Amino acid sequence: MSAPAIAAPRKGLADKAILLHVGVLALLLAAQFVLPEYHALSLTRVMLLATFAVGYNLLFGYTGLLSLGHALFFAAGLYGAALPAYHFGWTAPPAFLAGIAAGFLVALTVGAVALRTTGVAFMIVTLMFAQAGYLATLYFGNVTRGDEGLVLTDAVRRFELLGLTVDLADPGLRYNLALALLAAAIAITLVVVRRPIGRVLVAIRENEARTLMLGYDSYRAKLVAVVLSGTISAAAGAAYALLFAYAGSSFASIHYSIYPLLWTLLGGAATVLGPVLGTLIMFYLIDLASGFTTAHLVVVGLVLVALVLFFPKGILGTVRERWLPWLP
Amino acid sequence: MSFGPHLLLAFLEGMVQASVLTLTALGLSLVFGVMRVVNVAHGEFFMLGAVSAWWIASLAAGHPAVGFVAALIGAPLIVGAVALAAERLVLRRLDYNPEATIVATIGLLFILQQAALTFFGADARPVQAPFSYRIVFPWFGWSGYKLFVIAAAGAMLIAVWLVLTRTRIGLVMRATQFDRETAQAFGIRVDRVYAGVFAAGAMLAAVAAVLIVPISQAHYLMGLDPLLLSFIVVIIGGLGSLKGTVIAALVIGLSDGMISVFFSPTLAKILGTLLVALVLVVRPGGLVGGQSR
Repeated sequence: MSAPAIAAPRKGLADKAILLHVGVLALLLAAQFVLPEYHALSLTRVMLLATFAVGYNLLFGYTGLLSLGHALFFAAGLYGAALPAYHFGWTAPPAFLAGIAAGFLVALTVGAVALRTTGVAFMIVTLMFAQAGYLATLYFGNVTRGDEGLVLTDAVRRFELLGLTVDLADPGLRYNLALALLAAAIAITLVVVRRPIGRVLVAIRENEARTLMLGYDSYRAKLVAVVLSGTISAAAGAAYALLFAYAGSSFASIHYSIYPLLWTLLGGAATVLGPVLGTLIMFYLIDLASGFTTAHLVVVGLVLVALVLFFPKGILGTVRERWLPWLP
Repeated sequence: MSFGPHLLLAFLEGMVQASVLTLTALGLSLVFGVMRVVNVAHGEFFMLGAVSAWWIASLAAGHPAVGFVAALIGAPLIVGAVALAAERLVLRRLDYNPEATIVATIGLLFILQQAALTFFGADARPVQAPFSYRIVFPWFGWSGYKLFVIAAAGAMLIAVWLVLTRTRIGLVMRATQFDRETAQAFGIRVDRVYAGVFAAGAMLAAVAAVLIVPISQAHYLMGLDPLLLSFIVVIIGGLGSLKGTVIAALVIGLSDGMISVFFSPTLAKILGTLLVALVLVVRPGGLVGGQSR
């Protein structure tokens, strides 16, 4: 299901791509002034989850490594931020950094071990680690409060920055912080994809043996991809915990490993904006479905099966194939 | 209870775990060995087996053994039919592409889980054991049914072994596993072998589930633990190696059961995963032969 190799970036076309991404972000920035409150809140969630998916796509779409355990990284960020905030009263900025650091360390460790396997074994091993991580959040229930979860107080979410009082409970601020995080993730992906490391990652996806023969250290490149992808996912998790003041075991469950895969597949793997589009569509599809049925997992399952059967390139992957070959 | 008898109890409980896990993991390994695909919905076939067992047993009247025997025959058939349908409708159309198959079986996992929640409910429900004989040790009493589980799983294992090595069906399966294209050239209908193997793998999980359901109840989320443990087993045993799977399942099941008795089942699974990490660092191809694919 690998996407076609990306056309080499040429100067004029590359500018068109940057314009498109800036345009999409500007559209999201403008949306907050016209959207009703409910949808603005939904979009805040979507943007955080889309950040998660963008991080996932870096590994799955561009490097061709299918991870079934990204909930572990999301949860590492979530708990890395929420635990010190809850137990030690850390304010949001240091807690956010702690979440990112936790995600970095977990991704480095898991990546170093899991990358010793290839292909199907890699998928199984990532799933196993994530499931062990989920069980760990339940096992250490006296610290994490397991399924019930940690609810952060407003005190840790209100802090002074450069003489200004920042309150993360403010919906407008939350929206723009989520947007900033998403913009950062998209920018990182764009930079990585256009730099030599990105070309090496795509080369590994297309033919790892040949890449290795050409003299690239494919293990190292893949480890960089895992760490980068895991850290972006953790940043999304940390921001989710702080902005919505909650961290629970359910975010570490297998469902949160599968969602980013689903979002990425739907929007189009190996396209920068695909995961964002996929997250948006899936979020509202489930929102819509929960209006008349509680069985939203069936929707997830059916969409997954339908995607691999009939639409393996996703929306933007198909758009790129048919109309816009320059789409990064 | 002093340490010695406690250890004996832990060993016996571990053996029960190990025998059920061996059957489940063998199903997963068989499917991977012949078809080269990983079935992420394997744990849900296990769950479906347990839930169908409860359904069949609740229909049957009279002695609990009647319901149990009916479940032991009926539940694997139901699960096998579901697996066969999934294979024909989805997996075959994907041409058994490993990645696409994994994504599709994840979809199947969600569908089966939700179906069980909708039609079976969120409660855990018991199935009565076929007999209630108790073995009395000097230190503690132990359910005779658990001994039956160990024996039944052992018999099932021998039966699978005989089918694989002594019958024409087994020969055809091994030929397909060894070289799909040559097998096809010799007139073996490979796609039928695939369908059969996929259903058989799911049925092994279902048999394991029916055996365990009088001990631990049927629940719609019960599939995730056997899936995790089966994955641990096939990675340690070497992907696709049946001998490795059986040995690893015994070791993992036994230690899982014993750690569960002494400490907690959750800790046992965390430790098992860490063990896998250790094995991968030392021998990426798994402990018992087999190459990593």
